[in-house]
Amino acid sequence: MRAIGIILAGGNSTKMEQLSSKRAIAAMPIGGSYRSIDFALSNMSNSHIQKVAVFTQYNSRSLNEHLSSSKWWDFGRKQGGLFVFTPTITPDNSMWYQGTADALYQNINFLKSSHEPYVVIAPGDGIYKLDYNKVLEYHIAKGADITVVCKDLSPAEDELNRFGVTTLANDNRIIEFEEKPLVPKTNTISCGIYVIRRRQLIELLECCAKEGRNSFVNDVIMRYKDVKKIYAYKLDSYWKNISTVDSYYNTNMDFLKKDVRDYFFKQYPDIYSKVDDLPPAKYNIGCQVSNSLISSGCIINGNIENSVLFKQVYIGNNCTIKNSIILNDVYIGDNCHIENCIVESRDTIRANTTHKGLHGRIKVVVEKNIRYIL
Amino acid sequence: MIKKEMIAMLLAGGQGSRLGVLTSRLAKPAVAFGGKYKIIDFPLSNCINSGIDTVGVLTQYRPLRLNQHIGIGIPWDLDRNIGGVTVLPPYEKTENKEWYSGTANAIYQNLEYMEYYHPDYVLILSGDHIYKMDYEMMLEHHKATKAAITIATIEVPMEEASRFGVVITDEQGTIQEFEEKPEHPRSNKASMGIYIFNWEVLKESLINLSEQPGCDFGKHIIPYCHQNGKKIVAYEFRGYWKDVGTLASYWEANMELIDTVPEFNLYEEFWKIYTKSEILPGQYIANTSKVERSIIGEGSEIYGEVYNSIIGSGVIIEEGAVIKDSIIMNYTKIGKNTMIQKAIIAENCEISDNAVLGAFDEVENHVAPHIYSFGLVTVGEGSYIPANVTIGKNTAIFGITTPNDYENGQLASGETLIKAGELS
Repeated sequence: MRAIGIILAGGNSTKMEQLSSKRAIAAMPIGGSYRSIDFALSNMSNSHIQKVAVFTQYNSRSLNEHLSSSKWWDFGRKQGGLFVFTPTITPDNSMWYQGTADALYQNINFLKSSHEPYVVIAPGDGIYKLDYNKVLEYHIAKGADITVVCKDLSPAEDELNRFGVTTLANDNRIIEFEEKPLVPKTNTISCGIYVIRRRQLIELLECCAKEGRNSFVNDVIMRYKDVKKIYAYKLDSYWKNISTVDSYYNTNMDFLKKDVRDYFFKQYPDIYSKVDDLPPAKYNIGCQVSNSLISSGCIINGNIENSVLFKQVYIGNNCTIKNSIILNDVYIGDNCHIENCIVESRDTIRANTTHKGLHGRIKVVVEKNIRYIL
Repeated sequence: MIKKEMIAMLLAGGQGSRLGVLTSRLAKPAVAFGGKYKIIDFPLSNCINSGIDTVGVLTQYRPLRLNQHIGIGIPWDLDRNIGGVTVLPPYEKTENKEWYSGTANAIYQNLEYMEYYHPDYVLILSGDHIYKMDYEMMLEHHKATKAAITIATIEVPMEEASRFGVVITDEQGTIQEFEEKPEHPRSNKASMGIYIFNWEVLKESLINLSEQPGCDFGKHIIPYCHQNGKKIVAYEFRGYWKDVGTLASYWEANMELIDTVPEFNLYEEFWKIYTKSEILPGQYIANTSKVERSIIGEGSEIYGEVYNSIIGSGVIIEEGAVIKDSIIMNYTKIGKNTMIQKAIIAENCEISDNAVLGAFDEVENHVAPHIYSFGLVTVGEGSYIPANVTIGKNTAIFGITTPNDYENGQLASGETLIKAGELS
């Protein structure tokens, strides 16, 4: 591959409510057994990008733990590998990353010391499969300076005002780019995935740094759109961003659809994740499960309907779990009723508890009781 | 000088012929167990959990699947700079070309491997038991009793003792006498086939008995050491230990996993069992399905009904199918409205729609009654069973079968249908 990869995983969003209070969005669990960043990492690995840097900043413990070994994504190689960059204090800088462009600039040596001609930049909170080689080929064919992966959303179901909204010319050149507009002009949004020549990126970043500008979107893409040739690559396959509670909930619920499961789980290439060495799921007497995704290490005694259970969840007798997402390592005691909820990982829910998300809202349950384990 | 206090030698070359068609294309240690594991995962995980990081795995019978499974030992953390897991197949020498002719002979042929690590102790294991055991405790016992050889033993019911090699010990646990499968056992302490040898004792006895044809630990090495006055001590193991050498015991051991709190618990945080996980995603249970008292592996899709069963990874069970008291291994597909009762179905099989497995009254198997018993239907890996057939009990099926193979659409109880040579 002629590119290096950069994954921007430092972000936080207040729209995630308590869910992001202990982890970066890139570390959010997805589809029963994955973390959000697995999709970008696996896409990189499957596109034969051998050298990948992950930029973290916000609450990176959970993410660092997940990235403790690069072998899951096959990056443990002599050439390249997986690099994790967190902000550090140096003689000339004692600041956090002030923005995406600043984060890249603070690690510009990584860019300068690489020899690959191109850079693929992707966020850690996108759920999709994409061969970045296709974007790169398109980038070269168009003679573009920067290629932005874009997707047409249907205005009805998605809030366009969370994204960068683009207006394209007939040849797909981006002529207008508005970040989180109040009144979106089109329904074509940026997925936050960029392909750019490495030297071009270094040059742009150095310019930004000189002028004290920090944001890649505002100060590079938007500022240079009339000077540089910025093209859109249209993505027509599944793509979801998970940075609000509702979109996180809906993306996980998508995995109850056969076509989504087949696309991510059965079609080559695979998505990889850290292996946890858990036993298979166990269904005890009296349990009832329908239309649900259950992960390894779960022990189920109660009723489960239209739900996604992550790894190592224990469901007690006579429980009813409905339209809910139960994250990793949750213990739910007997006779509980959980409906329209997202239950935070490592929660312990005592017997006879009821949690319901009302009026079409999803309730985030964080309940840290003492657990007596065997 | 490279030095390891104790290394393990894991005997994994046996066919396990009493597992019938299950081992027709792979060695017994590579047979699936408990939804996602293979039998060899248990001794390998025990090794790493006991702090033994140098394991020689002796292979002989159909080793491909075993080799693929072990690889360089990553799942068990046995990929080491020094030591780790090494697969040891038989090899050609200048003076002869011989296979491993017995358990001790296999170890003898790998003296060079063991010498390289300069061990003080060698642990001999076999790859066909399901258990969790801390070999370090056994080593401590070995050192404390100043034994030359320690044999792990387990108490079995007296009436079953005649199936095992039993030991008779004094009050200190020093072994006085051995009886190999005695008709009237005088003790119920059965040997588990797990030995710790002082390296010098092992080396000397292997060299001295190198001319012994079919040299075996239980039959030759241990009695030889005993005669020479070496101190042999029994280490009494208390815990779950199951020999899965027959289809019936293999089926039973699997079924024991689905008890509400099983005696052999895979869900404990401590003493994890590691295996090579190929697929990660969760399993999907549809709204047309019913699952109770079962274990289901990763990435399986269940649209039918599953009761009292062990389902592997990547299995598809279609709508209307009913699976009871059965073991279904990885990547097998069960068609619509198929009824399966008390069957063992190996990997990559396809059972078509509307088939019935485990029908009719029980009749003894005509070809191999000692293998195919217990009312089980056994289907070998990669088999195909066409739609609308009815298959009886104590039967074995292997290969791509067509409707013509089933007279009136039936395979009566006790029949064996093997269409080998038709590899898919």
